[in-house]
Amino acid sequence: MSVLIFADQTDGQIKKASFEAICYGTAIATQLGMDAEAVVLGTISKEELVALGKYGAKKVHHITDSNLDHFDAQAYTKVIAGIVTATGSKVIVFSNGLTGKAVAPRLSARLKAGLVTGAIALPDTSNGFVVKKSVFSGKAFANVSINTDVKIISLNQNSFPVATTDGAAEVIDATANVDGPKVKITATNKITGEVPLSEAELVVSGGRGLKGPENWALVTELAKLLGAATACSRPVADAHWRPHHEHVGQTGGAVAPNLYFAIGISGAIQHLAGVNRSKVIVVINKDPEAPFFKAADYGIVGDAFEVMPKIIEAVKKLKGVA
Amino acid sequence: MKILVCISKTPDTTAKIAFTDNNSKFAEAGVQFIVNPYDEWYALVRALELKEAGLATTVSLVTVGLPDADPIIRKALAIGGDDAIRINSDNDDSFYIASQIAAVAKDGGYELVLTGKETIDYNGSSIGGMVAELIDAPYISLAIKLDITGTTATAVREIEGGEETNEITLPVVISCQKGMAEQRIPNMKGIMGARTKPLVVKEPVAVESLTSIVSFDLPPAKAGVKLVSPEHPEELVRLLHEEAKVF
Repeated sequence: MSVLIFADQTDGQIKKASFEAICYGTAIATQLGMDAEAVVLGTISKEELVALGKYGAKKVHHITDSNLDHFDAQAYTKVIAGIVTATGSKVIVFSNGLTGKAVAPRLSARLKAGLVTGAIALPDTSNGFVVKKSVFSGKAFANVSINTDVKIISLNQNSFPVATTDGAAEVIDATANVDGPKVKITATNKITGEVPLSEAELVVSGGRGLKGPENWALVTELAKLLGAATACSRPVADAHWRPHHEHVGQTGGAVAPNLYFAIGISGAIQHLAGVNRSKVIVVINKDPEAPFFKAADYGIVGDAFEVMPKIIEAVKKLKGVA
Repeated sequence: MKILVCISKTPDTTAKIAFTDNNSKFAEAGVQFIVNPYDEWYALVRALELKEAGLATTVSLVTVGLPDADPIIRKALAIGGDDAIRINSDNDDSFYIASQIAAVAKDGGYELVLTGKETIDYNGSSIGGMVAELIDAPYISLAIKLDITGTTATAVREIEGGEETNEITLPVVISCQKGMAEQRIPNMKGIMGARTKPLVVKEPVAVESLTSIVSFDLPPAKAGVKLVSPEHPEELVRLLHEEAKVF
């Protein structure tokens, strides 16, 4: 019996959120007296797979097939279900990212295994199997009991600490009959040279208080210095000051970085719904009544046009940038 | 081609979140309920656009809920849609709900099933994937664009740090998010017409629930904002570096 963690990879690199999922799955395995095992699909070097032992995986089941090199939720689900059956896994862990959101529900329906998405803590196994998850767009938590023998959890990103040891995983080359993908990928368009918002640990975000796109250097310069992703509020995206993929909030993307640095954003409830899982929130706003201050950890009541250049100067000094 | 749009009833985005019955139930008193924004703004409106472009014959709505969901489904019918089905149940297990929708999708021979990317209450993002598995169809999650040519759907979906264009032969299940369409406000004609559109109530098919909600918690209150003088913004940088240790 084991805890099986799906480790997601792109172009031969395991995604950062999957390391977190492996650490989480390993902690569950320890709790239940089981071993943590990972499953990786598609072409990737053996070193990358062995290295998953550092995060706690004892074994890594690896399936290569040309049909797995392009993502197809249906094909992935069948292959993972096969591994679950072969290993007798009792708990399956995903990261609640784009791949997890496409595959975990399918696997749940296929195996009739109860699913909790957006988990934020280890399960409580003192009386059954109860998982705490984020609900109401981060405004509350639900404790959900999984009532089936096999359980599936997808872990919200940035909610479990990553710890490493010097372990090495045993790699098992498994085989599977993989269906040809029904989904044909005809184009891929990646934004290069920017930190993707969904993976960012630090996010610098601007709102209407910046008055126009010509003033965005205050956001982008700080972001560049910190290696942060840039984001914006809905009115900014709607006015086309910034591209739509930067929009965070209820109807845009949700982020949960270590730092969310908001400049000139008042903090409407819909915006907060997209950012309230951030570990530290900083708000720069000249209106002391801006609702965002109630959700913030640090703030400056002041004019962004006066305050931000000084902050950028101080960060340059800290980072030793001339 | 027939389209099925999944509609969920959710509390308004500005609703106060509180719980009753020993923190086991959402406190509905005084809360206004709406059509889940992702279902309404993106899935439903795009379905209507496809029909208006002559690419779909009918747009049907489905919801799983008790009679108090009827005003919500009527509101969705006021925006558009030809008819609606309500499965009479208040179960909150996503597999149970998906099984009900899958049964409707199979019975009705729908070739395109659209959902919102998630509901704004449970944030499960699970129904679309489960329905797809149950009807053995491909699933495109978090799509931002969708077009139909003959029996082929072309969808653009979000991937980490970008977008990917997918082509799939129908039938397919697609979850929809921002970019798919723009919100529509129902007009008087739509509201009047919705009153007489068919709303069929069906009893649920027998399915087990795989999960159950034990209780809810509210997040601990924030300690309060630490304000730094606008005269000394460098102090904020010091605090973030030394105290919060975020960079």
